[in-house]
Amino acid sequence: MTALLEIKDLVVEFSTPGGTIRAANAVSYDVNPGEIVAVVGESGSGKSVTALSILRLIPDPPGRVCGGEILFQGENLLQYNEEQIRQVRGRRIGMIFQEPMTSLNPVLSIGRQMTEAMRLHLGLTAAQADAKAIDLLKLVGISDPESRLKAYPHHLSGGMRQRVMIAMALSCDPPLIIADEPTTALDVTIQAQILELMKDLCRRLGVALVIITHNLGIVARYADRVNVMYAGRVVERGGAREIYRRPSHPYTIGLLNSVPRLDRPRGSPLDPIPGNPPDLTLLPSGCAFQPRCTHCTAHCAAEAPALLPLGQEHWSACFESEGLYGVAAK
Amino acid sequence: MSGYLLRRSIGALIVMWAVATLVFFMLRIVPGDPFAAMMADAGDMEAVEALRRKFGLDQPMYIQYLKWFSNALQGDFGTSIYGARVPVQQLLLEAIPRTLSIAGLSFIIALIIAVPAGLIAATKRNTGWDHGVTLFAFLGLSMPDFWLAILLIVFLAVNISWLPAIGYEPLSAGFWPWLSHLILPAIAVGTGFAAIIARMIRSAMLEVLKTDYMRVARAKGLKQSTLMIYHALPNALIPVVTVIGIAFALLMSGAVVVENVFSIKGLGRLLIQGILNRDYPVVQGAILVVSAIFVFSNLLVDMLYGVIDPRIRYDS
Repeated sequence: MTALLEIKDLVVEFSTPGGTIRAANAVSYDVNPGEIVAVVGESGSGKSVTALSILRLIPDPPGRVCGGEILFQGENLLQYNEEQIRQVRGRRIGMIFQEPMTSLNPVLSIGRQMTEAMRLHLGLTAAQADAKAIDLLKLVGISDPESRLKAYPHHLSGGMRQRVMIAMALSCDPPLIIADEPTTALDVTIQAQILELMKDLCRRLGVALVIITHNLGIVARYADRVNVMYAGRVVERGGAREIYRRPSHPYTIGLLNSVPRLDRPRGSPLDPIPGNPPDLTLLPSGCAFQPRCTHCTAHCAAEAPALLPLGQEHWSACFESEGLYGVAAK
Repeated sequence: MSGYLLRRSIGALIVMWAVATLVFFMLRIVPGDPFAAMMADAGDMEAVEALRRKFGLDQPMYIQYLKWFSNALQGDFGTSIYGARVPVQQLLLEAIPRTLSIAGLSFIIALIIAVPAGLIAATKRNTGWDHGVTLFAFLGLSMPDFWLAILLIVFLAVNISWLPAIGYEPLSAGFWPWLSHLILPAIAVGTGFAAIIARMIRSAMLEVLKTDYMRVARAKGLKQSTLMIYHALPNALIPVVTVIGIAFALLMSGAVVVENVFSIKGLGRLLIQGILNRDYPVVQGAILVVSAIFVFSNLLVDMLYGVIDPRIRYDS
C-alpha cells in the first residue's frame, strides 16, 4: 500500500531573539489511507509545527521550512505555489485546531463558515451547500441543524463548536484530516465524545486522521500507529499496542510511567520525567534527551542516535533500546 | 432595541442641555458686552442701555436663561443681535447643509483612502506599501488642515484652475457645482482623518490576522481576498468604528477652520463670527447644533456595533 502522506526529513526553523531554533529536525512519518496516526510529545517537541507545515501554515517569518519533502498522494506539497497549496487546503486535507472557542469567526454565521469552502472547492450552489452543511451537522451529532446554520459561534458551547469544526473539516470529503490537539481545551467528558466521534467518522468515511496530542490515553484508545516526538525529532514509532506493550525509548517509558493509573494505590506519587522540556536554543550535544535520561551513557553525549528498526513495526532512536525492548513499563 | 434607543436619546438630550447651559453662562461670564462693543466709538451710553433692554440683557442672568431655554424648547433661538437681526434658525438652516456637506464628503473621501490603505499596509506588512501608508499617515496627521487647504487652493484652484477656490453652491444649483465647491475643503479636512483611520485599520488588522479563526479560514483554502474582506475586515472594524464616531465629530471642528479658508458660510464661520461679535443667540444656537451632531453621531456608531458584531445585542 502506498502511503497517503509521507513526510521525509522535514526541517523547520524559527528565528527567535535567542537565535535560530530547529522546531522540526529531520522529522519523518507516514500515514496510510484510512489510518489513524497519533503524533505524541510535550510542548515544543515539534509535533504541531510539523503538522502545520503540511498545509504550509507556518507563519513566515519567523518560521521557515528548510528541508525535506512532504509527499501527499505522491506530490511534494513543499514545491506547490501559493495557488496550488490553497487548493489542497480544505479540499484535499482538512484541519481541526486546538481551540474551538476561538477557531470560529465571531462575526460570521455558522452556515456561512461551513458552506464557503464547499462553494469554493466543490462549486456547490448556496442551496446545495446549505443542504450538505445540514447533513454534516447531523453527522457530527448537532441537534436542530437547520437553525444552527443561522446561529453565530457565541451561541454554541465549546464541544458544539468543535463538532462544527469537525463538520467543516469533513465538508469537502478530504482523504486526510489533521487534528492538532483537538480536545485539549475541552472538558474530559466532552473530550471522549469528540474523539469517539472523530474515530467513528474516519472509520466510516475511510478518512485518514493524523491526531496530534500530548495525551497518551488518546493514543491507546484511538490510534493505529504512534510517533513519539522529542525536541524536534521522532524518537520512537510503532503500532499503538506495540508501543504500549514494549516501549523502548526512555522518553516513551517516562511518558507512560507518568500517566496516573487507577491500579496504583491512592495517594501514591506520580512518577514524572526528571528535568524540564528542552530549550531548543540550547540543545545538548548527542541525544537531546540525554540530560533527563536515566539510561544515559557516554555514547549518548557524543552522538545522536538514529531512528532504527527494532522489531516488527517498531523503531526507536536510542542506543539502549535493545536492552529496553521487551522490558515492559512499570 | 427601541427601549435602548429611547434611553440613549434621552441621554443625548441631557448632554445637549448641559452643553447649552454651560455655553450660555460661559458667554456671559466672559467680560464685555455686545452693545458696549458696538457703541464704543459713539460713547452713547443711553443707546447701549436701550439696546440692552430691548434684548433683555438688563435682566438677571437666571431670568435670561429661563427665557432663552423656554424659547429654545419651542424652537425659537432668537434673532442675531448684530447687523440685520436675522432669526438664528434661518442662519442655522443655511449653515448646517454646508457644514454637513463638507463633513460628509470628507468622511467619504477619508474612508475611500483609509480602508484600502489600512488593508494593504496590514497584508503587506514591512514592505514598501506599508512604509508608503505609514509615510502618508505621518504627513496627513502632521499637516494642519488650513495649510493643506491653502496648498490645495494654490495648486488645484489658482495654478491649474481645476476646481473653484472659494465659496459654496447649494445642491439645488446642480450636482457638479455643489460637488466642485466641496472637493477641496473635503480633501483638506479628510486627509488627517484618513491618516488616523488607516493607522487604526492597519493595527486592528494585524491583531485579527494573528487570531485562531484566521488560521482556520486559511486552512480552509479560501482566497486571499475572501480572507481579508469577509473574515478579517469586519473584525478589525469593531475597534475602528469607535474612533470613526469620535473622529466624525472632529471633522466638524476641522470644517470650522477650513470653512474660513474657503469662505464657506457654514456652522464654523457662523460660530466664529458670532463669538467675535459676541452675538449670544447665534453662538448658543450654533453650539447646540454642533453638540447635537456630536451626540447623535456617537449614538449612530453605537447602533452600528450591533450591525457589525452579532455578539452585541441591545435589550437582551
